[in-house]
Amino acid sequence: MSEAVANAPQTITSRQDPRFEVTLYKHVGVENAHTLDYYLQHGGYENAKKALSMQPTEVVDLVKASGLRGRGGAGFPTGLKWSFMPPNDGRQRYVVCNADESEPGSCKDRYLMEDDPHQLIEGMMIAGHAIEATKGVLYIRGEYHHAYERLNQAIEDARARGILGDNALGTGVAFDLILHRGAGAYICGEETALMNSFEGLRANPRLKPPFPAQAGVYGKPTTINNVTSLASVVHIIGKGPEWFASMGTEDSKGIHHLQISGGVNKPGVFEVPMGITYREAIYDLAGGPSTPAKAFIPGGTSCPLFPFDDEHLDLPMEYASVAKAGSMLGTGGLIVIPEDQCIVDAMYNLTRFYAHESCGKCTPCREGISTWLPMMFRKLLEGHGTPEDVTLMEDMVKNSRGTAFCPLADACAWPVQTSIERFRDEYEHLAHHGTPKHAPKSRWSA
Amino acid sequence: MNELTTLRPYFEDKPAVLEEILGRYPEEGKRSAVMPLLWEVQRAERYISEARVAEIADILGLHATEVKGVMSFYSTYHGEPVGKHHVQVCSTLSCKLAGSDELCDHLVERLGVVPGETRADGQVSLQKVECLGSCTTAPVVQINDTYYERVGRARADQLVDAIEQDNLPAPWRERYGDNAGLGSAQDGAPGQDEANGQEEASAQDATAASHAEAAASAESAVAAAGDDAANGEDAAKGNDASEGGPA
Ligand SMILES: Cc1cc2nc3c(=O)[nH]c(=O)nc-3n(C[C@H](O)[C@H](O)[C@H](O)COP(=O)(O)O)c2cc1C
Ligand code: SF4
Ligand code: FES
Repeated sequence: MSEAVANAPQTITSRQDPRFEVTLYKHVGVENAHTLDYYLQHGGYENAKKALSMQPTEVVDLVKASGLRGRGGAGFPTGLKWSFMPPNDGRQRYVVCNADESEPGSCKDRYLMEDDPHQLIEGMMIAGHAIEATKGVLYIRGEYHHAYERLNQAIEDARARGILGDNALGTGVAFDLILHRGAGAYICGEETALMNSFEGLRANPRLKPPFPAQAGVYGKPTTINNVTSLASVVHIIGKGPEWFASMGTEDSKGIHHLQISGGVNKPGVFEVPMGITYREAIYDLAGGPSTPAKAFIPGGTSCPLFPFDDEHLDLPMEYASVAKAGSMLGTGGLIVIPEDQCIVDAMYNLTRFYAHESCGKCTPCREGISTWLPMMFRKLLEGHGTPEDVTLMEDMVKNSRGTAFCPLADACAWPVQTSIERFRDEYEHLAHHGTPKHAPKSRWSA
Repeated sequence: MNELTTLRPYFEDKPAVLEEILGRYPEEGKRSAVMPLLWEVQRAERYISEARVAEIADILGLHATEVKGVMSFYSTYHGEPVGKHHVQVCSTLSCKLAGSDELCDHLVERLGVVPGETRADGQVSLQKVECLGSCTTAPVVQINDTYYERVGRARADQLVDAIEQDNLPAPWRERYGDNAGLGSAQDGAPGQDEANGQEEASAQDATAASHAEAAASAESAVAAAGDDAANGEDAAKGNDASEGGPA
C-alpha cells in the first residue's frame, strides 16, 4: 500500500491539475460535443480506424497491457475477459455494452452517453473488433431518455457516414449496433439478466456457467462491458497502454470516475487518476462534508460502508487496498452520510431499494432480503423492535450472503451488515427507546 | 385519445413504425422487439391496455401471458393510465440525503395526489421511484421523459406551477465537477438559467452557488480556490487534512 500511495499524485484537483489531463470527460458538458461533426473535428474515430486495421489479438494485447479493469463494479480485467472468447467458428458474436447504470450513487455513464455518445460507439467498435463480433448491443436503462435519444441520433449519423456498417470506416470490417432500452429494473444491470431482458424474457439472472463468452446473447459468444470501460479503450488505443498504465497504482491502473453525493459541499462527477485517497476526493474535489459526517459508502450502495475516520479517508482508491479494508471500489459512486442522519433509517432506505429490485427468483433474496428484512427495519423504526431483533437482523444478512442466486442479495446484505457492526448503538437505541438516536432533520434546501 | 382509436389495433395504421422496430433485431431474436413495442404503445397512450398486450403478442407470435409477464417485470410499463404529467420523485439514498422525503410530501400537498395515484382530472400522477442516476444533482424529479435536477423548495413550487399551467420547462440540468464542461459556461449553465429564472439568487443554497461560480468561471481552478476561501471552516479542514495525509 505504501508503494501505491507513493505513486499517487500529492494532491490532485482533477481537471484543475496540470499534471492530469481529463480524457474521457474532456468533452462532457461542452455544447454540441455530442454531434458527429464535433467528434470528427476532435479526432473522433481515428482510434477505431487504427484498431480496426490491427489484428484482433493485437487489440486484446494492448488492452491487457493497459491494466484496465471493468468499471461496472466488479473490476474484472478487461483484456483478460476479451481473451475468454472462444475461437471464431463463424457463428454470430456479440459485444454488449452495459448501460443500465442503476447502482444508487452512480451516474458517470449517463454524462458520457449524453454528451459524448460517439466516444462510446467508437469504444464498442474497437471492442467488437477485438473479440471479432460484428454486432453490438447497447442496453440502456429506460429512464435515460436524453441519452437514448442522443445515442440513437449518433448511431444513425455514424451509419449515414459509413462509420458503422458492412465496411466500417472503410476498413473492410463489419460492425453495427442495436440500441435497446430497459424499463426500470436494477437487476437488468446484472449481465445475464440483461441478456434475458434484451431477448424479450423476464430479466431473471441466468445460471453461470455457461458464461457469456460461451453462450450469451441468443446463446452466442458474447462479451459484456460497462460504458466507462468501453470508452476507456478508445484512449488506450489512441494514447497507448503505457499512458493508461502510467496512472494509478500497480494494482489499479488508469483513471477512475468518482461520483460524489450525499453530505458534501460540492457534489459532482470527477475524473481522477486511480490511487488518490478518499480524503483528497471528498475534501479537495467535493469541497468537504457539508455537515459533520460519520460514514461513507465508497463505490455505490452495494458496498460495505466505511466510518468517516482517518484510517478510511486515507485509503488510496485502488481495488486491493479498498478490498483489504473490507469494502469495494465498486462503481465509484461515493455517498457521504452525515453524523445526524439516523443510520437505521438510511439502511432501511437501501433495503427498500433492493427489496423493490429483487427479481424474486431465489428464496434467500425473495423471502429474506425483500420481505423479512424491510419488515424488521419497519418494526425497529416504528418503535416496536427489541435488541434480539437487531441480532436477528445481523444474523439474517450474514446468512443471506453467498446463498442467493445472484449478487443482488449480497449487495443489500453488505451495507446493512456493516452498518450494524459499526453503528450498533443506533440500532440498539431504537430497540431500547423506540426513538432514533438522531431525529429526522430537514435536509431540503431552498 | 378517443374510444375509436383505442379500439383499433395500435399498429394498424403505423406499418412503418412496426417495421422499423422489428427490423432492429436479427431473425434469431424476433422476440427482442417486445420491449420496444411496449414502449411505443406506452409513449403514445400513457399505459398499455390488455388489448395492446394481445396485439403485441399477436405480432410476435407469443401468448398474451408471455407479453404480460415481461411487462409486469418492469416498473415503467403501466397497466393503468397515468396522468398527463407523470411526476416521478427519486427516493433513494442520495436524494433522501438531499431532502427527497420532504420534497415528495410537498408535492403531495401541492398537487393533491398521493404517490402511486393519478389525480381525478387525469392531469397528474405522482410516483416515488428508485435512483435515477443523477445522484450528484439530488434531489431529482423526472416528469415524463425529462429530468429536473437539484429540486429545492423554490424549484419544486416552480414545477408545480408549470404542471398546473400545462407548460413544463426544458430540462434542468445541473453540472458540477468534470461534467460541467471545460471550465466555461457550457451545458450546465444554460440549464440553470432556465431553471432558476428570477428566483436564482434567493433559491440558491451554498452548493448550487458554488456550482454556478465554477461553471461560469473560465478558470475553474481559480473558482475552486475562491470557493474554498468562501467556505472558511470547511476549507481549512480540507487543507489541513490533505497536508496531513500520507500522500
Ligand atoms: C445486481 C447487479 C447490478 C449490476 N448493475 C450494473 C450496471 O448497472 N452497469 C454495469 O456496467 N454493470 C453492472 N453490474 C455488473 C455487471 O454484471 C458486469 O459485471 C459488468 O457490466 C461487466 O462490465 P465491466 O467488466 O466492464 O465492468 C451489475 C451487477 C449486479 C450483480
Ligand atoms: S438474489 Fe435476488 S435478484 Fe438475484 S436471482 Fe435471487 S431473487 Fe433474483
Ligand atoms: S439517489 Fe436519486 S438519483 Fe440517485
